[in-house]
Amino acid sequence: MAFHSLVGFLHMGGYAFYVWLAYGIAMLSIVILVVNTLMETHKIKRFVKKRMLRDKRIQKAQKMEGAL
Amino acid sequence: MWKWLHPYAKAQKSYQLSGKLLPWFVGLTTTTSIIGLVWGLLFAPPDYQQGDSFRIIYIHVPAAMMAMAAYVMMAIGAFIALVWQIRLAAMSVAATAPVGAVFTFIALVTGAAWGKPMWGAWWVWDARLTSELILLFIYMGIIGLYNAFSDKVLAGRAASILTLVGVINLPIIHYSVVWWSTLHQGATIIKFGKPLIAPEMLWPLLIMIVAFGAFLCALTLMRFRNEILIRESHRPWVCALVTGGDK
Repeated sequence: MAFHSLVGFLHMGGYAFYVWLAYGIAMLSIVILVVNTLMETHKIKRFVKKRMLRDKRIQKAQKMEGAL
Repeated sequence: MWKWLHPYAKAQKSYQLSGKLLPWFVGLTTTTSIIGLVWGLLFAPPDYQQGDSFRIIYIHVPAAMMAMAAYVMMAIGAFIALVWQIRLAAMSVAATAPVGAVFTFIALVTGAAWGKPMWGAWWVWDARLTSELILLFIYMGIIGLYNAFSDKVLAGRAASILTLVGVINLPIIHYSVVWWSTLHQGATIIKFGKPLIAPEMLWPLLIMIVAFGAFLCALTLMRFRNEILIRESHRPWVCALVTGGDK
């Protein structure tokens, strides 16, 4: 262990601001990228599902019209 | 000999294969990043000159290396897309670019946070820093160009051409510390002879490089799958996939 206490670890030998700034921004940008990717997947799947339902409705309506 | 590769030119096959590979890369990313971060932040000894500020190396160097590796991946994809007209290759270019851009951004920001206490400046117009900034601009240009076309075949071609043009920046980044006298230090690991870093500091760094590499692969696969779903959204297999739950 390079540090003897939690305070010492957080203090980073006086470089706390710079070290945690670097790690913080790196973490944040990685999280944003992952969330963005996952949300995109969700959005695409929802869009395709919606379109399928709409197509089905249109087909049904056309069939009804044909029957009338 | 290479015939086994042919089915993977089909989007569905590629989607399934990347889905199979994805959990492995996610697992590798999680384990290596935990080991690397704990080792690098807690157990590696402080540097005799830089104290604990050197711990920024464990994200700065892997991010910078993988930003360039991502570009090499894209360049290979772009070449395949342009020469053999394989549309999945163009999709892989579009999938990789945002990941590479984020890694470049991380390399620049962590570099700034390291430069301030060590050099006394957040930013200097030194050859390494400037060429890395240009890499970020190239990445953003590729992303912007791909999104500027609604015809994705054309978009893929345009983005691929820009990717190949931008390759010129890679050797400039790598050799910038040799060709110009820079504030940024020279190569520490990738050079002839022994690495210029103590083994107890090097090991966590190598593990973090693996972590960032696996993360790059995982995210690229995820984005590649998104890209396939968008482009194939009218195909029956995508409709079946969407209604059949998550797969």
